[in-house]
Amino acid sequence: MVQSVKTDSTDEKALLKGLALNDRKSVETIYKLFYNMVQTLIINNNGSTDDARDIFQETVIVLYEKAKSGSFELNCQLKTYVYSVSRRLWLKKLQQQQKFLPAVNGLEDTVPVDEEVEGHSQRNSEFQMMEKALLHLGEPCRSLIEAFYLQKRSMTDIAGHFGYTNADNAKNQKYKCLMRLRKLFFAEFKNNNV
Amino acid sequence: MQDLQLLDAIERFLRGEMTPEEMASFEQLRKSNPEVDEKVVEHTMFLHQIDQFSEWKNFKSSLNDVHNQLLKSGDITEEAPKATVIQIFRKYKRVMAVAASIAGITTLLIAGMATYYSQKKTASDLQRLRGEYKQEIAKKTNEVYNKVQARITKGPENTPVKFGGTGFLVDGKGIIVTNAHVVTGSSTVVVQNSRGQEFRSRIIYSNPETDLAFIKIEDADFRSIGPLPYGIRKSGTDLGEQLFTMGYPREEIVYNEGYMSAKTGYNGDTLSFQIGVSANPGNSGGPVFNKNGEVIGIITARQKTAEGVVFAITAKNIFRSLEEVKKDSTYQNIRLTLNSSIKGMERVQQIKKIEEGVFMVKVY
Repeated sequence: MVQSVKTDSTDEKALLKGLALNDRKSVETIYKLFYNMVQTLIINNNGSTDDARDIFQETVIVLYEKAKSGSFELNCQLKTYVYSVSRRLWLKKLQQQQKFLPAVNGLEDTVPVDEEVEGHSQRNSEFQMMEKALLHLGEPCRSLIEAFYLQKRSMTDIAGHFGYTNADNAKNQKYKCLMRLRKLFFAEFKNNNV
Repeated sequence: MQDLQLLDAIERFLRGEMTPEEMASFEQLRKSNPEVDEKVVEHTMFLHQIDQFSEWKNFKSSLNDVHNQLLKSGDITEEAPKATVIQIFRKYKRVMAVAASIAGITTLLIAGMATYYSQKKTASDLQRLRGEYKQEIAKKTNEVYNKVQARITKGPENTPVKFGGTGFLVDGKGIIVTNAHVVTGSSTVVVQNSRGQEFRSRIIYSNPETDLAFIKIEDADFRSIGPLPYGIRKSGTDLGEQLFTMGYPREEIVYNEGYMSAKTGYNGDTLSFQIGVSANPGNSGGPVFNKNGEVIGIITARQKTAEGVVFAITAKNIFRSLEEVKKDSTYQNIRLTLNSSIKGMERVQQIKKIEEGVFMVKVY
């Protein structure tokens, strides 16, 4: 019994390590292990399958961020943690939708995860701002920025792809775009924070 | 233009693409120019933000990938959300159960109370009815008594009525059939119609074996009622056939309904049959009609030990006995009606017609 618990926890550690590296196998394993549990939780509490999908993915993202930060110390079972986070996230969502809040039922124990969920939602809103800013940027700036910063393609590659005569021209264009993106992002940021 | 160069420099600096000389001069620039330094920090943060954003996006898309793939391979299944009604039901199961039981208990309580009180009410009603009934009888008898006193009683004076029974006309000219046991041992027989008129009569035939008797009205007040509305049925009757009786268990003509229960009478007597109807002393000699208004029998007796078991002589016996009566040449012209003229009429109308053919037989 003790043996199995130990292997479990080492398994979980390995899993989190894989997750931090965005390893597909680890993501799959986490999905297989916990998706149905979360789905049951959501569906039994006024949610749809789409809600279940969103909440579960956000939960995994929280886990991913935690794993990546390296400071994550899991002092309970991973299952409990996942359950707590998705429960907290779902409650928050219900609150935002101003639906009648039932006492979300479930037999599993929960651990306090408010900090993580708060941090996550903060970052989430930042990412959404970035997405919005990118959307407002317009073409070809958006594609250029995405190609360089998100897909991490080389400048010469991008120049060829977008039809710039040389990499330097592309680079100049990219910096102009970046400046505009920065402006848009910070404007959005201000808007949201005021 | 300067800004662009600065941005380029910052990015190259962050990615470590600068040569050591360049790096040193850049560091120098940051130190000497706080504006540049601020921009470097700011841009560093922004780039970090973009980095995280790209990671987030990548991770999200890989999550979606995994989700769709696992869904396809069947490792996870999307269960359809249960219908809202079922969800609501699940949620309020307990509340509903409690509510339902409260409703049930209340219903039972009310029903119980209703039955309890209504029973009492009926009982008192019955009681009252019975009282009224008694009073009515007393009144009625007084009335009759007064009337009888006022008129000249057809019966002998100062002699009480011995028995009473029922009889009915089989010939409009005044031939009545009744039970032999009604008229045996009599000195005088008086019949009374439904309107209370009395007529003196005489027994012309009595047979204790078949329990049939013929009496003839011999009274100047009597007027022939002409052809009878009802006929006498020669053939038998089927089990379960609806039937009705009329008779004088009280001072008033009484109508009753029943059915044919058995084709034979008491102890398998084939001259009579059993009917399911309520009959009381006084009903003896009364006619039993089928739904067409044909006489199918004459009530004779009821079984004391059982409720609603009444025996009647079959109407066929009337024909047989009549043969005997006709032996006396005085009664040669008695004609029995075979066909009922009230067939298909409503019961109330039938009764109105029949009523004048049914008499109370008083024996002194």
